[in-house]
Amino acid sequence: MPTPTAPPPDRRQLFFGFLKIGLMGFGGIAPVARHVLVIDRKWLTERDYAAILGVGQILPGANVTNAAVIIGGRFHGALGSCIALAGLMAMPLVILIGLATLYERFADLPAVQAAMAGTAAAAAGLIIGTALKMARRLKPSPVAIAFGLAAFIGVGLMHLPLIGTLLVLAPLSIAVQTWREHR
Amino acid sequence: MKQGLLLQIALTFAGLSLMAVGGLNAVVPEIHRQVVDGLHWMNGATFANLFAISQAAPGPNVLLVSLIGWHMAGFPGLAVATLAMIIPSSLIAFAVGRLFDRMAGAAWVDAVRAGLVPVAIGMILASGVITAKAASQGLWSLAVTAAAAVFVLACERNPLWALSGGAVLGLAVWLWG
Repeated sequence: MPTPTAPPPDRRQLFFGFLKIGLMGFGGIAPVARHVLVIDRKWLTERDYAAILGVGQILPGANVTNAAVIIGGRFHGALGSCIALAGLMAMPLVILIGLATLYERFADLPAVQAAMAGTAAAAAGLIIGTALKMARRLKPSPVAIAFGLAAFIGVGLMHLPLIGTLLVLAPLSIAVQTWREHR
Repeated sequence: MKQGLLLQIALTFAGLSLMAVGGLNAVVPEIHRQVVDGLHWMNGATFANLFAISQAAPGPNVLLVSLIGWHMAGFPGLAVATLAMIIPSSLIAFAVGRLFDRMAGAAWVDAVRAGLVPVAIGMILASGVITAKAASQGLWSLAVTAAAAVFVLACERNPLWALSGGAVLGLAVWLWG
C-alpha cells in the first residue's frame, strides 16, 4: 500500500472527516469523498482510494458506506468503522428528518403536491442519467451490454424479483468475463 | 403490533441490504415491489414522493430506506430501517477490509467487477424507469424526467438544480396548466 502523505487520523478527526463528506455529498457522494479523503485530509493516496471504491463496488451496499467501513476499520478497527459510518450518516439523517417533517406537514396543500410531483419526476431522471453515465464511462463490450440489457428488461420491464434475476445473471456475467480474460 | 411492524421493517431491509450490489439505487424496484405491491405500506405516488425527498437530502442513497421506516413507524422505524439496511452489508465490507491488501489488484476481483458492473447498471436503469412511471403525471412530468437525465449526462452540476427545476415546473403546470 503506498504511504499517504498525512499521519493517520485519530478517532475525532475520522468522525469529522466523514461528517463533512455526508454534509457535502448532494447526489453523487463519491467525488466529495475523494476530495475530502485524498486532497483535503490526505489520509489516502489517489490509488488507494480508487482501489477501495473498486472493491466497494463488488460488495452489496452503497459504495461510500462500504468505503467508510473499510477506511474506518483500517485506522481504528471495528470502532473506527462505526465512527466513520456514524459521521457519514449523521447530518444527512438530520436534514432528511427536517425535509420529511415539512413534507408530512404540508403534503395536503395542492401547491406542495404539484411541486413534489415535479421533484419526483426529476429524481427519477437523475437515476436514469446516472445509469447512462456509468454505462458511457464503462465503454461496455457487446457482452456487457447484453447482460446490462437483460438485467434492465428482467427487473424494469418484466418486474421479476431482483434476487432471482441477480442470482442468474451475476454468476453468468462473471463467468463470461473470467473466460474472456483467460482466453 | 408496533413491534411486529418494526420486526418486519428490519427483516425487509436486512434482506435488501445483501441484494444491493451496485448500491441502493439498484434495488429501488425491489423496494417498490416489496413495499408497495407486497406489503401495501404505501401507494406508488407516496413512494415516488419519499424517493424524491431522499434524493434532495445529501449523503448516501440509503436515506430512501430511512424515510420509509420513518413514514411507517416514526423515529423507531427510521432507526430500525437505517440500521437494517447498513449493518449486513457493512459486516461484509468490514470482513473484506481485513483481506483488502490481498484482494485489491487481484485478477479475480477485476473479473468479478467486470461481470457485476453491467448487471448493476441495468438494475439502476430499471430503477429509474420504474420510479419515472410511479412519478408520472402525464407528458410534462415525463419531459421533466428526460430533462433531468440529460442534465446528469451533460454536466457535473449539483443535482439539486434538476430537483428544484422539477419542483418549479410542477408548480407552473399546476398554476397555469
